[in-house]
Amino acid sequence: MTLNSKVPEGPLEDKWENHKFNMKLVNPANKRKYTIIMVGSGLAGGSAAASLAELGYNVKCFCYQDSPRRAHSIAAQGGINAAKNYQNDGDSVMRLFYDTVKGGDYRSREANVYRLAQVSVNIIDQCVAQGVPFAREYGGVLANRSFGGAQVSRTFYARGQTGQQLLIGAYQALERQIGLGKVQMYTRSEMLDLVVVDGKARGIVTRDMVTGKIESHAADAVVLGTGGYGNVFYLSTNAKGCNVTAIWRAHKRGALFANPCFTQIHPTCIPVAGDHQSKLTLMSESLRNDGRIWVPKKAGDSRAPGDIPEGDRDYYLERKYPSFGNLSPRDISSRAAKEVCDEGRGVGPGGLGVYLDFADAIKRLGESTIRERYGNLFEMYERITGENPYKMPMRIYPAVHYTMGGLWVDYNLMSNLEGLHVIGEANFSDHGANRLGASALMQGLADGYFVLPYTISNYIAETKPQTISTDHPAFKQVEQEVADRTSKLLAVNGTRTVDSFHKELGKIMWDYCGMARNDAGLRKALELIPPLREEFWRDVKVTGVNADLNQELEKAGRVADFLEFAELMCHDALMRTESCGGHFRTESQTDEGEALRDDENYTYVAAWEYTGVGNQPIMHKEELEFEYVHLAQRSYK
Amino acid sequence: MHLKLHVWRQANAKTTGKIVSYDAPHVSPDMSFLEMLDVVNDGLVQKGEEPIAFDHDCREGICGACSMVINGIPHGPQRATTACQLHMRSFKDGDEVYIEPWRAVAFPIVKDLIVDRGALDRIVAAGGFISVNTGASPDGNAIPVSKNIAELAMDAAACIGCGACVAACPNASAMLFTAAKAAHLNLLPQGQPEREDRTLRMVAQMDAEGFGNCTNYAECQAACPKEIDIQFIAKLNRDLIRANLKQGNQGTGEVK
Ligand SMILES: Cc1cc2nc3c(=O)[nH]c(=O)nc-3n(C[C@H](O)[C@H](O)[C@H](O)COP(=O)(O)OP(=O)(O)OC[C@H]3O[C@@H](n4cnc5c(N)ncnc54)[C@H](O)[C@@H]3O)c2cc1C
Ligand code: FES
Repeated sequence: MTLNSKVPEGPLEDKWENHKFNMKLVNPANKRKYTIIMVGSGLAGGSAAASLAELGYNVKCFCYQDSPRRAHSIAAQGGINAAKNYQNDGDSVMRLFYDTVKGGDYRSREANVYRLAQVSVNIIDQCVAQGVPFAREYGGVLANRSFGGAQVSRTFYARGQTGQQLLIGAYQALERQIGLGKVQMYTRSEMLDLVVVDGKARGIVTRDMVTGKIESHAADAVVLGTGGYGNVFYLSTNAKGCNVTAIWRAHKRGALFANPCFTQIHPTCIPVAGDHQSKLTLMSESLRNDGRIWVPKKAGDSRAPGDIPEGDRDYYLERKYPSFGNLSPRDISSRAAKEVCDEGRGVGPGGLGVYLDFADAIKRLGESTIRERYGNLFEMYERITGENPYKMPMRIYPAVHYTMGGLWVDYNLMSNLEGLHVIGEANFSDHGANRLGASALMQGLADGYFVLPYTISNYIAETKPQTISTDHPAFKQVEQEVADRTSKLLAVNGTRTVDSFHKELGKIMWDYCGMARNDAGLRKALELIPPLREEFWRDVKVTGVNADLNQELEKAGRVADFLEFAELMCHDALMRTESCGGHFRTESQTDEGEALRDDENYTYVAAWEYTGVGNQPIMHKEELEFEYVHLAQRSYK
Repeated sequence: MHLKLHVWRQANAKTTGKIVSYDAPHVSPDMSFLEMLDVVNDGLVQKGEEPIAFDHDCREGICGACSMVINGIPHGPQRATTACQLHMRSFKDGDEVYIEPWRAVAFPIVKDLIVDRGALDRIVAAGGFISVNTGASPDGNAIPVSKNIAELAMDAAACIGCGACVAACPNASAMLFTAAKAAHLNLLPQGQPEREDRTLRMVAQMDAEGFGNCTNYAECQAACPKEIDIQFIAKLNRDLIRANLKQGNQGTGEVK
């Protein structure tokens, strides 16, 4: 299989414009003859579904929550990047492009990233027009802040709930189309399989999560905007329902999975409190603007933080990275925290935590200023931990946050399976090996509002698909397979709960395929996963029946997929012996302990082909060419 | 600590439900309320019984999925806190805890603590938007918005659509939700062209969904995890009068 990225010819700046001009159009009167399935209603899916319906297509949109407004995008706090240069501080499309490629440690596709930076400016305009209440200056213009290590202020925000406000914008546009009858919305519906006929994606099979009914839906094109798979680790900052199911089942039907091991670990999350822990809570990165991160110099120092004098503290980020200090990029900050905890210098229960201390900032600026800046976050911290961060330092620890990997797509956001498009966190395309803060919201909305509506029209105009009915034997067969799988899960009737398997898998992944990885550990994980999967299918206990709302059954289906997918992640991590971005191979580091890339051998996207459960997958390479950005060792010293 | 739970169990919309009691031993104060339920559910599954169904997703107090009345109060005893953010240190050893679903005619029970809140989406679909197609927008800074107005719109837009306001209201009215959604857009310059129409349509849909009337109990504001102010209800009433006057409407779309 050769992977054709379909990047248009011509200079970087003109590629997208030329491509838009060269794309075929669908006659407005004909658009209503086509149906598009949109799985997901997050920033990517919600914006795409609304935009496609506005163009005149019939859209069927699916989400597993009870309302499209609850997609996980809602949880994003910090902000969204755009190259508006409203601050006149030297930002530009070129600079955002460059920062994103560099931040991704040179493992993303230049043309895609450039387009992302280009359309970023349209996103802000669109959101303002929809009524997104972005923060404003006194003069009435939009406010910005700098975020996640960027040296320009290009992040737009709406208090600490940018994700919710952007999603409500997209949701309102979506609801408008639902009201107009152009979008048929299926809530509490889970996509459980993809239907492929003659190599083309022609529909999906879903389970109605209230009645258990297995249903087929046919369409001229299928789009997946189903989010990230960070929950393979069990504990992450993702919502409980986030899953790999939709993209994994598509992968099993032939879609290639790209760079699955590229995961982002966020440095500032509230540490685990006990075995009951069900998810991890992110504390906004903005806290690092005023908080200082430290641990005791001596291992096993059990004094209360206030009793540890300055001289016995190690402000390790400031020490190791003097120019970026506490604002060093996410991957670097996370690894540094793990390192000091591995040395036995961690704080709090279990020693898995570091201090984020505001004492100096409070002394310098006064408690009221700090309250003004971070009041909500401090309250949230206190609600969860019972500790008052005005009086004692916060404790934080890294947690799984975002997955850069996803289904492989070309420049048109189409996978190798014709007709199957993938947008948002579910695809692999724009962030390389590490995503910059405030860039996921940007990518989701870029894909949904400004890229997919063009490229999918081109696909439809070129192929003029003829709708296949759900009576087609291919649909019947997939429906049967889905029903059988569901019955099988219910029939095991073993002794272990679904969660217990998920937790065990999560621990394997965190220990061996987490923040630091190496050959021996990854091989160990590959030894441990298959027997766990086998035990799951032999001994899992799923209560209840299919024909009912059954949350245990929902979880079981997702965990079954994680148990297959986890192996692919380890294969990918094992193959890539270089370190890059969020993927740190302990064998590949500089003398100073930083990630060391191997550009000669690994400047490619690894796109994996499925060959059966537990079998060695086949890797296909998309070589990455850098015409505009000069590959350099990232340095934040 | 050891708690005694009394939980509403109902198999589906067609059956009747009842309160069933469960022991919750070994509850740690560091657990969230939902984690406490997870542990109880784990025990139920081990025994082959069906776990208690409840809606949840983000567990960060922002998606608005979690929805349960805890000891008579939507989202429980802590001010400005969703059930998922409520922690067990708000309870003490030996406490009896009653857990029930949102109760409202417009929110039919789906199972146990899960209700159908589709009515809220339909209020938005009726008019809770600005009609602007993708691509048809001027530069973001072309429309200046005063900081005060932007902040006020943001206060209204903070609504997470959980429905606690409805659950708290003795009349099961959705006025606070509708008022917040309408005010967010009606306050902004971008929202002006459709202001009257939006107001009338959203209120008409709210009535059609079978929510009760607002008689100013203000329980909604007390229960709202985002502390949405009932001043927005007054604003909705003003917008409605204005819309009715402008459109020469008599009798339709009035807030009952
Ligand atoms: C706590 C937190 C804070 C963040 N903060 C920021 C930030 O400040 N800035 C930033 O840029 N990014 C941030 N991110 C990342 C960003 O929020 C996400 O990457 C992005 O929102 C993903 O959007 P999406 O549309 O791709 O997916 P999602 O919003 O996750 O939506 C997925 C959709 O797919 C549906 N779905 C999933 N599986 C199925 C299935 N099998 N069947 C049917 N439907 C399904 C879901 O119902 C949902 O509607 C944050 C992430 C987290 C976790
Ligand atoms: S689970 Fe999202 S608000 Fe409670």
